[in-house]
Amino acid sequence: MMKKLSILIAFGALSISVNAALADSTDLADRVINGRYQAVLGDCAACHTKQDGQPFAGGEALQTPFGALVPPNITPDKETGIGNWNEADFIRMMKTGTGHDGIRLYPAMPYPAYSKMSDRDLSDMWAYLTTLQPVKNKVVANQLPFPLNIRLSMWGWNLLNFDPQPFVADEKQTAEWNRGAYLVQGPGHCATCHSPKSFLGADKDSQFLQGASLQGWYAPNITADPHIGIGSWSEDEIVTYLKTGSTDKTIASGPMAEAIAQSTSLMKEQDLKAIAVYLKSLSPGSTDKPTALKADDARMVAGAAIYHDTCSACHGQEGKGAMPLFPALAGNSLVQQPSPETLAHVVLAGSQAVYTPSKQTTPAMPSFAWRLNDQQVSDVLTYVRNSWGNAAAPVNASDVSDIRGSAQN
Amino acid sequence: MTKILPRKDVVIVGLGWTGAILAHELTEQGLDVLAIERGPWRDTATDFNIGYVQDELRYGIRRDLFLQPRVEAMTMRNNLSQTALPMRDYGSFLPGNGVGGAGVHWNGHTWRFWDSDFRIKSHLTERYGAAKFDGLQLQDWGVTGEEMEPFYDKFEYLAGISGKAGNIKGRIQEGGNPFEDSRARDYPLPPMQMSYAPSLFADAARKLGYHPFPTPSANLSKAYINPLGIAMGECTLCGFCERFGCANYSKASAQTTILPVLMKKKNFELRTDSEVLRIDLDGSGKMAKGVTYVDTSDEEYFQPADMVLLCAYGLHNVRLLLLSGIGKPYDPNSGEGAVGRNYCYQTNAGMQVFFDDKNFNPFIASGALGQTVDDFNGDAFDHGSVNFVGGAGINCIPTNGRPIAMRPVPPGTPRWGAKWKAATAQAYKSTMTYSSQGSSYPTQGNYLDLDPTYSDRFGRPLLRITFDFPDNDLKMSDYVSDRMEDIAKALGGRQYNGARRKKGWDSVPYQSTHNTGGAIMGTDPKTSVVNRYLQNWDVSNLFVIGASAFAHNAGKNPTGTVGALAFIAADAIRTKYLRNPGAPLVSA
Repeated sequence: MMKKLSILIAFGALSISVNAALADSTDLADRVINGRYQAVLGDCAACHTKQDGQPFAGGEALQTPFGALVPPNITPDKETGIGNWNEADFIRMMKTGTGHDGIRLYPAMPYPAYSKMSDRDLSDMWAYLTTLQPVKNKVVANQLPFPLNIRLSMWGWNLLNFDPQPFVADEKQTAEWNRGAYLVQGPGHCATCHSPKSFLGADKDSQFLQGASLQGWYAPNITADPHIGIGSWSEDEIVTYLKTGSTDKTIASGPMAEAIAQSTSLMKEQDLKAIAVYLKSLSPGSTDKPTALKADDARMVAGAAIYHDTCSACHGQEGKGAMPLFPALAGNSLVQQPSPETLAHVVLAGSQAVYTPSKQTTPAMPSFAWRLNDQQVSDVLTYVRNSWGNAAAPVNASDVSDIRGSAQN
Repeated sequence: MTKILPRKDVVIVGLGWTGAILAHELTEQGLDVLAIERGPWRDTATDFNIGYVQDELRYGIRRDLFLQPRVEAMTMRNNLSQTALPMRDYGSFLPGNGVGGAGVHWNGHTWRFWDSDFRIKSHLTERYGAAKFDGLQLQDWGVTGEEMEPFYDKFEYLAGISGKAGNIKGRIQEGGNPFEDSRARDYPLPPMQMSYAPSLFADAARKLGYHPFPTPSANLSKAYINPLGIAMGECTLCGFCERFGCANYSKASAQTTILPVLMKKKNFELRTDSEVLRIDLDGSGKMAKGVTYVDTSDEEYFQPADMVLLCAYGLHNVRLLLLSGIGKPYDPNSGEGAVGRNYCYQTNAGMQVFFDDKNFNPFIASGALGQTVDDFNGDAFDHGSVNFVGGAGINCIPTNGRPIAMRPVPPGTPRWGAKWKAATAQAYKSTMTYSSQGSSYPTQGNYLDLDPTYSDRFGRPLLRITFDFPDNDLKMSDYVSDRMEDIAKALGGRQYNGARRKKGWDSVPYQSTHNTGGAIMGTDPKTSVVNRYLQNWDVSNLFVIGASAFAHNAGKNPTGTVGALAFIAADAIRTKYLRNPGAPLVSA
């Protein structure tokens, strides 16, 4: 790792010295290192790097509710990347969603969040991007249907939904809280997944981080809600989760597992701590806990039978799991979200724990799509959502049917 | 047209236990390592799927995870006067196939051989005189128990072995095996919680003055994180170990102890579904250039490498040496030559005890959950008054209650019909079984070579096994069967039924997959294939690792010793060989 870093620094210093011959090289190295860290905080690779692909040379298509968007090549290649951009172009794009040549970006690129980043961090990020290996890879970013494929329509969207505001520290709060707020609202762009969206696809600020559906998963509530949020998590648990991909109770799955692998596991410990402090301070909205279904409810009886046949060998008779391999279901906030999408997704498609340097085992759950029909999945999920102290809305077979479609794609 | 591929530092043939250990150790050393595996990739959640891994028909009866004879068959005969015929199906033993190898579907008994095994010829000569084992081709291994100890320890801690040490730093430990050699520390995990049948067995054995102890188990008694940082789970006693992969991450295998870390390494590469045809030598015949292999497209590749490690199943290691023209093939008439020498097996016998008033709940089980009596194993007892050498462990390890194969009935029961049904219903829960696992000592006539008649799909001769149980081993087994009858009487069931080992090895009924020897370690290149570091005497950048290196087989399962030898080879390569690559570590 150290070796890689020093090569990077050398390379970075070299190419920047061409652009900015007067700058002090130590300072430049610091800027590139900070810029690289900003790219980690912003999780640029999640979208702009394909699995096993060249770093930042363009990613997999994002399936948005409006159509497909392909994250472009952001290496400094002049023809197919951003080699013709300058720093001002880049900062303008990050802050306003307006790219080089005035092209308007779609907010799948989370510029509403990045607009809160400081000029200094954005400038360093640019310095870092210029040190990347240029890769020739043409990406057709916009694959939306008419009329959404007209980028000018984003002018109207921005007018309605986007009011760029720089991050303003709350002086009543600690520096740590403010750092957490900056990371969550700005580069970390947590709301992109975790905040509910309006019908135009904008974050609903009034329900900030209270959970949202996304590509067949449900990004859970990460406010201080004690029941379905992270209110019952200690700061250490949140830090451990973001650093390693699991805690003593739960294991990350789906898009969060990818965010942990490429972003949060690489963040500095004090930044993770700041994020934890900030999240735990967030207002949860309504915290009314639903009443658990009765054990003699027909769905619960059926679900119990399926659970004991199919799930209990790993997750235990009482839903306690057996960490670090098998997550607990009892008392697990993810199990009790308003939407069962993530649960159903994991049951139907299986899930594997993310690899991080301190959690290398990557245990996995197989798919049960071949074995359980929609009714059986809904019954067993209704059972785990309403047993051992858990309480959440029952699951319908039709909900599972929808997810079965997306989980198998 | 053979395609020539870019060079690697190390090429490993086979990614089972030994291949994975060597790959991990040598990638830690910074070497660029490629493993070539004949079978498919196998992973816990997808291939040992909790949703269907307990399919006895698929895995237990049809043997889905095993090597199939259409991929590689072997021929067998009992002695030199017979003509060997191909085994149309694997029966007596079941070689593995795919990533993890036979380490995927083992029961998990994890033993250390004793110092008296590694120095068997010297030891028996000192104690009884050489005439005592006349007719046996016993040889010392070239290592001592003391030298093996740290490497056994490494394997046991890698695998999370659950057991009770019997001798720590020379002090006998209450509850462990009093006959074992001194070890530096206890097992990483305590023994598994004992089930009913082994507990009764142990009580009866103690009454007779024997020393039962919990069998060391690779089915874990507790959750464990091994030295590589990989987490394993507590065994759930489902009773689907042997012939099955473990769905619960609770049986040690390459998958559960090494691969999660190994597969992430940038300097490791795995090519599955690729069969190595031969090891290629340079013009001098003293150095390996690499290996030639075929993938599923039938394309042939030459993979150059600075080192070749043969880490296939022991029998396949021997065949690849013979097919590659490495070393002098063993001649059973003269007793000269090394490759194929000292092939040994395992000399087992069984005992069933039928009760009227017991319920053993046999389905609550694990592959290595049980009790062992070692009073009659190896040289634990004085052989002065008996006419054989060697011995057997007596193991009460009720591994399963699986519905198809687990159908004990008392002798005299009809094979089908209402009476069989009634008997099987009565006996299923109330029958105790235990068995002796006996040593197998080499003779001049038991050996491995290439079959003169039959060949595989590439036209390469099949491996020929010439084997029968030596008289010495049968006398030993009879003696231990008598002891098993003593225990049966002490148990006081309604009746018992022993199955004694007889002359005439039959390749059809399952007996044991503990095939050993053929590429044995030793001190003399004339009578061994590898030196004490598992380095080939003839080709010094070739190491041959596995049970093929055993100079004889003890009355114990081989995996613990296989693992320890893999660590010995890895340590020798890391600390000695790489200082002067290509040089012999022991001068002949």
